[in-house]
Amino acid sequence: MSVEIEMEDGGGLATEEMTLNMGPQHPSTHGVLRFIVKADGEVMRKATPDIGYLHRSIEKIAEKVGWHGFMPYTDRVDYVAAMACNQGWAMCGEALGGIEVPRRGEYCRVIAAELSRICSHLLAIGATGMDIGAVTPFTHALREREMINDLIEELCGARLTYNYMRIGGVAWDLPPGFRKRVTTYLDHLEPTIHEINDLLSYGKIYAERLGSVAVISPEMAIGYGLVGPNLRASGVKYDLRKDRPYSVYGDFDFDVPVGHGEMGAVGDCWDRYMMRIWEILESAKILRQACEKLPDGPVIAKVPRNFKPPAGDVHVRVEAARGDMSWYCVSDGSEYPYRLHVRTGSFSAMSIIEELSEGLMIADLVALIATFDIVAPEVDR
Amino acid sequence: MQQFIDGLIGSATGMERELYYFAGMLAFGALVVFGFILPLAGITSWLERRVWARMQSRIGPNRVGPFGVLQWLADGLKNLLKEDVIPTAVDARLFRLAPYVVVVGFVAAWVAIPFGSSLIIADLNIGILYVTAVTSLVVVGILMAGWSSNNKWSMLGGIRSATQIVSYEIPAALAIFPAVLLSGTLSMQGLIEAQGWQPWSWHMFHSPFTFFAFLLFFTSLLAEGNRTPFDLPEAESELVAGFATEYSGMRSLLFFLAEWGNLYVIGAVVTTTYMGGWQVPHFTDNTVLLNAAQLATFFLKSYFWVFVAMWIRATLPRVRVDQLMSLCWKYMVPLGLVTVLGTAVTMVAAPEGMPTLRYLTFGAVMLVVLQFFRRVVFHLRRARGLGWTMAG
Repeated sequence: MSVEIEMEDGGGLATEEMTLNMGPQHPSTHGVLRFIVKADGEVMRKATPDIGYLHRSIEKIAEKVGWHGFMPYTDRVDYVAAMACNQGWAMCGEALGGIEVPRRGEYCRVIAAELSRICSHLLAIGATGMDIGAVTPFTHALREREMINDLIEELCGARLTYNYMRIGGVAWDLPPGFRKRVTTYLDHLEPTIHEINDLLSYGKIYAERLGSVAVISPEMAIGYGLVGPNLRASGVKYDLRKDRPYSVYGDFDFDVPVGHGEMGAVGDCWDRYMMRIWEILESAKILRQACEKLPDGPVIAKVPRNFKPPAGDVHVRVEAARGDMSWYCVSDGSEYPYRLHVRTGSFSAMSIIEELSEGLMIADLVALIATFDIVAPEVDR
Repeated sequence: MQQFIDGLIGSATGMERELYYFAGMLAFGALVVFGFILPLAGITSWLERRVWARMQSRIGPNRVGPFGVLQWLADGLKNLLKEDVIPTAVDARLFRLAPYVVVVGFVAAWVAIPFGSSLIIADLNIGILYVTAVTSLVVVGILMAGWSSNNKWSMLGGIRSATQIVSYEIPAALAIFPAVLLSGTLSMQGLIEAQGWQPWSWHMFHSPFTFFAFLLFFTSLLAEGNRTPFDLPEAESELVAGFATEYSGMRSLLFFLAEWGNLYVIGAVVTTTYMGGWQVPHFTDNTVLLNAAQLATFFLKSYFWVFVAMWIRATLPRVRVDQLMSLCWKYMVPLGLVTVLGTAVTMVAAPEGMPTLRYLTFGAVMLVVLQFFRRVVFHLRRARGLGWTMAG
């Protein structure tokens, strides 16, 4: 004899969708970011990102402060990895004004940018661990990050908002003994990364929490315009440093790691998290080569103080820590840029969350945001 | 206790006697709670912060008193002086009541904790059942707090806590059974008296089954005490502060007090059931001296498990709700049944006990511990090789 049980939605009980307001002040939205979560208990129906809480009109400010004066503002676009933003703006000016950067300047830029990429990825690793509930890796990651901050402080006097690059090169040459200190630091960092792997990445609970969660297929990733590590985690081997080499990235021998679904499916949260670990090791390779090959010469080209690039527009792309950062700049030949637009990695990651969130649990949304490595000011600029 | 107070009351009779009795009990209760339980919970909080800091390359609280050991007192005073904020939208009566329910739940458990052969407030004949029963009273308070806060995050935290504690009661209770079977009693003192002071005569080494029962017991107690990796009810990165989101000042502190106090209760209960409790070699006939040694032993053992819980908290990430539930129902409950049956079978097979099995289990566990320390030494050596300074 069989008994047929009629299962309605919710087992016959009246259920109600609950609207949760996650943010703008929430510990794991990585800044001032808001999600409107429609949830059925712990399971989400939909999470809609609501952006704009950190909009500071950075693009508009560019139209008022002039070409050189805008450089410190670019630090605030993505303050976790500010070197890439510096580089994007400097390259805009150089492309418009037809300025050739001295080779040593380019090498200094690469060293600075890769150091700041490691810095940013270390924070991402620690913060992901923190959001999953492991607190210790965060302090360990920050400890390593502090050492890079010390190095960068030597380089440009600042620890967070660097303001190191200039249109035409970099502001200061490497301090004496800097290359030696960078390689010593890398000797220390690489085993430490393996230690973080032992402690966190390959831990059973951690892999269970992140593996096969919020899987993004390559088609979907390309369709939504994901960039950088988030795109590569889905198995798409696309890195601007390799595919459209700018600066002197063509000189270096490094790999572009992609996600391969070790703990579940390709493009899951674990792959996205591991991208940061792998990229740190690749950045370390680039840094070692750059320190070795560093040429002599000046670090900055002659650029007039009253810089007035000829009228025209330019589209510059740099591989920032959060992926392809596009700078579109229009000049009308005056001492102020006519219009600037920046498109950043975190911004393009926001649009995919609404589709991905269906059926995830609230704890998974936290993991998703963390592994996208979203920096809220970069979303809004 | 009863006789002690009776002696104090002396000749009083009737209604008067009842009144004296009640007042005496109240005074004694207050003495125990404020003079012993709260400071112990406070010191556990200090210890957790220090241990945690050490594991994270930080220093931790070190300003108030020697090594910052009085930090809990400073924090408590600060929180007492803070404004007692009760948001307008909350159900004020339940909101006020909830922290007290939680604290009562955890304080009541101390009645049956045996610190020494004569250091127990009441040796109930159902001691271990009583402890499991009153500690789950905490869930009522947490659910109350979550519901009355009128905040969705709090409610999620409260509901998570209710599901978790109610579910993990079952493996916890199942894992107590082997020890109860071996001792033939539910009384806390009886459980300890059935074990000896030598490590291999502890219940946890009786057979492999009891050892797994012990592991299950500790794990499910961690879940009941809302500790990492099962700290979902107040998962900071998900639910802000869980059920305690709307609380501030002393009321919020009471929740944390209960959590740290419960942490000690976890250690004490594990020590009692599986680790020989206060058992020491009978080295003297002086009762006071013997009880002091027993107290020290009990504290050492229970704080060892408290330390392990802190260590786990500093190491492991948090599991997800569905993983938590599947761990409980798919793995821990069946395993708990297996340990109960296995212990029963070994007891039937060898009613006089099997010394060989006991020594084998003890040896195997010691080998695992040895291997663990070898790994620790290996990692320490490797980490030392990574020394790096800016001067380099």
